[in-house]
Amino acid sequence: MEKFTSYEGLVAPLDRANVDTDAIIPKQFLKSIKRSGFGVNLFDAWRFLDVGQPGVPLAKRRPNPDFILNEPRYQGASILIGRKNFGCGSSREHAPWALTDYGFKAVIAPSFGEIFFNNSLKNGLLPIVLSEAEVDTLFHSVFGFAGFKVTVDLENQRVATMDESKSFNFDIDPFRKHCLLNGLDDIGLTLQHVDEIKQFEAQHQLNQPWLFN
Amino acid sequence: MLKTLYDKLWESHVVRTEDDGSTALIYIDRHLVHEVTSPQAYEGLKLAKRRPWRVDSIVATADHNTPTTDWDKGIEDPVSKLQVDTLDQNIKEYGSKAYFPFLDPRQGIVHVIGPEQGATLPGMTVVCGDSHTSTHGALACLAHGIGTSEVEHVLASQCLVQKKMKNMLVRVEGSLDAGVSAKDLALALIGKIGTAGGTGYAIEFAGPAIESLTVEGRMTLCNMAIEAGARAGMIAVDQITIDYLRGRTFAPTGDLWDRAVTYWRTLRSDPGAGFDLVVTLDGSALIPQVTWGTSPEMVLDVNGRVPDPDQEKDAEKREGIERALKYMGLEPNTRITDIRVDKIFIGSCTNSRIEDLRIAAKVVAGKCVASNIQLAMVVPGSGLVKAQAEKEGLDKIFIAAGFEWRQPGCSMCLAMNNDRLESGERCASTSNRNFEGRQGAGGRTHLVSPAMAASAAIAGAFVDVRSIMST
Ligand code: SF4
Repeated sequence: MEKFTSYEGLVAPLDRANVDTDAIIPKQFLKSIKRSGFGVNLFDAWRFLDVGQPGVPLAKRRPNPDFILNEPRYQGASILIGRKNFGCGSSREHAPWALTDYGFKAVIAPSFGEIFFNNSLKNGLLPIVLSEAEVDTLFHSVFGFAGFKVTVDLENQRVATMDESKSFNFDIDPFRKHCLLNGLDDIGLTLQHVDEIKQFEAQHQLNQPWLFN
Repeated sequence: MLKTLYDKLWESHVVRTEDDGSTALIYIDRHLVHEVTSPQAYEGLKLAKRRPWRVDSIVATADHNTPTTDWDKGIEDPVSKLQVDTLDQNIKEYGSKAYFPFLDPRQGIVHVIGPEQGATLPGMTVVCGDSHTSTHGALACLAHGIGTSEVEHVLASQCLVQKKMKNMLVRVEGSLDAGVSAKDLALALIGKIGTAGGTGYAIEFAGPAIESLTVEGRMTLCNMAIEAGARAGMIAVDQITIDYLRGRTFAPTGDLWDRAVTYWRTLRSDPGAGFDLVVTLDGSALIPQVTWGTSPEMVLDVNGRVPDPDQEKDAEKREGIERALKYMGLEPNTRITDIRVDKIFIGSCTNSRIEDLRIAAKVVAGKCVASNIQLAMVVPGSGLVKAQAEKEGLDKIFIAAGFEWRQPGCSMCLAMNNDRLESGERCASTSNRNFEGRQGAGGRTHLVSPAMAASAAIAGAFVDVRSIMST
């Protein structure tokens, strides 16, 4: 996983609550056995007027001019702001894969679906929880100023506007922060504890042998 | 220290705790695998030159992509076929305790076959790359959905890095009226606490109304915990649990069975154990539920009317209502019972077990699907459910009434195979998600119980099933 330290990027607003993972990446694209290539179908049903099918090149699609991510001013955006319960729904990791593949590095919202939140952290996509009021301020700014950017500083757990006129602190689990900052792979870390796992397993088998039938 | 059921399940699986005191490495007893969320995990395992830690924890099946008709033709869609073949290949290469591939008589939806086979047992930690893994909590397991990276993590280490959740108790008093089911209870709860209401919590369901539910009903309820935002839902062990498990393929036998049962009986919250949040519902006051919008929390009593955005003061909510009404093609204040439907789907890991089919069959017996219904289908949750239903003659009842009787699988719950809604079509569905496009791009989903789906098929529109029940 790539290290995440400090990042500055153009902000795109997605002003609706309960954005679910079916909306982030519709199911017809889950048939891939790869981890990449999902970005072209991010928010497919909202982004395009035609119904998306796997393998159809972008050039053949009809973009929906009313969908916010299609507006010229948000092209190249890498930080998404959303409303409450962002990423609710299924456990498909294709959702963060689609967001990162499209170019997003962070999503800021007042709350997230839990599995999506976890999946994002494992893919170097930083989910940031700010208060409703703080997220509101960001929505105002992004609608108010074309080219609105923010800096996400993971080390200092801070989101700041480019001119530093506003900044917000966010919480992150220290273990997750450590992994992101150092680009550490979870599995590698866990496997440093092989002996403890084996010990636990042996005891567990003594306690509940029927689990090991 | 008094402990909740969740506390007990958690503590009995902690391998080690991180310095922060709340992040722990949790040992996983049962790993359920299906074709959609596993290929990238196996690929990752291979790239890292790792082997699965304990293959006999793995129970696998192909369910999401498999067709529900013309099994003799195989899987026609090449992309779906590749995914199913990839699972075949991975299981062949790495092994499993049990694999129920496409065409196997025991194949079915992963959350139906786990309990059915006795592959999920009380006291286990159960994971699957699928959010509805919460279903298995009905058997007093700690069961939750995980992402593909975590699937790989469990394959490689038999463990997961987890933070302990908070405890929520949902207490349901009274008893459910005839015609009112666990599905109605689940929908009413989500209506009350919202789709994010359970975020950060493990929910335990308890109270007289829960104790009198069958294991099937309990599974329906725990299945929907994720739609309330909670990764895990669970119910304590009682005699009903134990009777359900006795004799199942992978359940222990003889001495081990007796030892297991003794342990299982401890799997309940200590009287007086503290919960971070308690929600109480009156089961006796509950009537059948129907969702009207594009989120499971947009739900009403069957005698209700679709909301009017003009009555909503909160701007964000108003916009949400307007958007949902537009997508669903509904006018404000429409009576639920005036909504006519085009298709009926009885199936999914929420409501495709034998009890669900029995209830639906009872409602349709001797009646006929209304003329405006273009398709009414029953998709059993597994091959064994299908066989049992056929033994009881339920298939004949459905077919005589005008339903299609299909092969098992996820089917139109998420429409990855050919079963889907066309744009603008309206469906009474026993599944769990009514998100935009979930059952097909532009499709309109109303979530209901099996009895309500069956009665909508007969009436052509939603009706209170209690009004047409003969007994
Ligand atoms: S039936 Fe639906 S919710 Fe259940 S596992 Fe299949 S796709 Fe998921």
